[in-house]
Amino acid sequence: MIEGILIGLTTALTLQNILMVMVGCFFGTIIGMLPGLGPMTAIALMIPITYGFDPATGLILMAGVYYGAVFGGSTSSILLNAPGVPGTVATSFDGYPMAQQGKAGKALAIAAWSSFAGGTLSAIYLLFMAPSLSKVSLSFRSPDYFALMILGLTAIAAFSSKGQFLKAMMMVILGLMLASVGQDSLSDITRFTFDNMNLTDGISFVLVVMATFAMSEALTIILKRNDPTSAAKQVSLTELGSIKINKEERSKMYKTIPRSSIIGFLIGVLPGAGATIASFLAYGMERNVVNDEEKEKFGKGSVNGLSAPETANNAACSGSFVPMLTLGIPGSGTTAVMLGALLGFGVQPGPRLYMTNPEIFWSIIMSMYIGMVILLILNLPLIPYIARILAVPKNYLIPLILFFSVTGIYVMSFNNFDIYLMIGIAVVATFLRLYDFPMPPLILAFVLGGLMEENLRRSLLLSNGSWEFLWDRTLTLCILLTTILIVVWHFYKSIIRK
Amino acid sequence: MNINTTKIISLLFFIFSAFYLYTAYQIQVFAFDENAPFNARTFPIYLGYAGLFFSGLKLILPEPNTIKVDHKNLEYKKTGILIVIAIIYGATILKVGYFLTTSLFLFSSYYFLGERRWVLMFLLSFPFVAAFMYLLHGILDIYLRDPFLQSIGVMG
Repeated sequence: MIEGILIGLTTALTLQNILMVMVGCFFGTIIGMLPGLGPMTAIALMIPITYGFDPATGLILMAGVYYGAVFGGSTSSILLNAPGVPGTVATSFDGYPMAQQGKAGKALAIAAWSSFAGGTLSAIYLLFMAPSLSKVSLSFRSPDYFALMILGLTAIAAFSSKGQFLKAMMMVILGLMLASVGQDSLSDITRFTFDNMNLTDGISFVLVVMATFAMSEALTIILKRNDPTSAAKQVSLTELGSIKINKEERSKMYKTIPRSSIIGFLIGVLPGAGATIASFLAYGMERNVVNDEEKEKFGKGSVNGLSAPETANNAACSGSFVPMLTLGIPGSGTTAVMLGALLGFGVQPGPRLYMTNPEIFWSIIMSMYIGMVILLILNLPLIPYIARILAVPKNYLIPLILFFSVTGIYVMSFNNFDIYLMIGIAVVATFLRLYDFPMPPLILAFVLGGLMEENLRRSLLLSNGSWEFLWDRTLTLCILLTTILIVVWHFYKSIIRK
Repeated sequence: MNINTTKIISLLFFIFSAFYLYTAYQIQVFAFDENAPFNARTFPIYLGYAGLFFSGLKLILPEPNTIKVDHKNLEYKKTGILIVIAIIYGATILKVGYFLTTSLFLFSSYYFLGERRWVLMFLLSFPFVAAFMYLLHGILDIYLRDPFLQSIGVMG
């Protein structure tokens, strides 16, 4: 193994490859910041270019683009409340409020360091556990995945403080309902389309997230412009761009990062679970383990609340390479695109890759890791400048947010209907937000809706319509018991608080 | 009044869930799938009932936290204008083209939000959109339909 790692390092650390990763990080960050263009699109755009290089260099360029795009996605989440990809939605819960308090640079720095630490720790887990974890990931069956989705949705407990549980549950159901629009994945029967062809493929994630986060945020800012309670705090550019993390904040991060990285990595290993569930679960768990004083800060700019999803998100990205490299099963859309690129290079991922060609296996892992290091070195000095986006006057910033939202949808679908639908959802979301209906549960449910139905379908069909699958397998039962425990604990804590 | 608004939203959600449930029952499934343990309408039916359950609970149970929204301080007019501009933008983007509609959308939005620095407004609309379009279309090779630019021969 050591020999493989050293070969991987030697390959990744040549001058040409370091230059490639720098170029990749730069372009990845720019592409990732644009709504609708996440890591998957960024890598897909790079594939034709990488075929001009040898496999190692091509993969290194993709690694840079990948991590750059992930960081770019976090940047738009934190600064504009416009998460372009599901994995960075949870980042906006505390990142955006922190940026609104004039600490945009700090929020970006916390995100950058947490991502880096999450990636580093998961690389270590990968070193020691990749072969054995591939077996664990294969042992997950449909009932376990269904239970995991339920567990993911109980993360809503984290957003339902002070008697808002029912509102959060209503948003979960609304998210699942929106996800059910379009063709049924197995039978191709159309549902809730009302004979409108534009709805046949369902509603896109980018549309829902742009409408409920970016667009409704922009509309809320205009709506509350004269509200004395929401008057914008005047902050200096120096404060806005400051990336200094003080001792207290660092000590919070030291505690959050290890536990979130474990959750992120383990969830990332499961095919199909990915960074979104990982970041939501890490956020929910973090809220449950911190003290009451810190818990109150969640959703209002908590350091733990920002660090946890960012760490888990990146750890899950590394974790998703376990099934891809050891089994040849892509765990996410991004790894599916990377798998395609690997096959294009003539590299066949699977159990034999780790056994017979460890140098290729480790070259990929090392190049991914070096991509992360270079990203940190490149982007930390740029943060003060990136953060100044928030210093743009609201009269300009709001139309620009609306412009980016509409463009994100337009480049994806090229039809007017999606734009109208986005505006409609944004108006409803703005109204709901006025009355404190939380949007994160809606997004989480929307993301998980399809997967949840798919796994419930398989489980029920295999058990011939019986719900016994919920307690037939020990793993399913354990996950469900954890879910019940979280809900009971949440209610117990709210009763104690009263 | 504010308590009522939350209750009204819950009532609307209850009605919406009932409609969703009704529509779920109307989903046509294949004859051989009709009595299957799971078909295309199973999950939506569960969702419909869950929606009725949670919104029903919200309607019945007392409101623990009253949300106070002072409508007098809310800028409904400007928000409404911005929404109308966005709808017009959405309606014209395909027929007129990305460049002109986006530039006009940005320019008019700045204007209606109270901005009067004309040079800056221009720079942050027409040249800005042109640069952004070059990034997407020219560098990243993402197709952007633009009949207007095609008609004047700028775009192929």
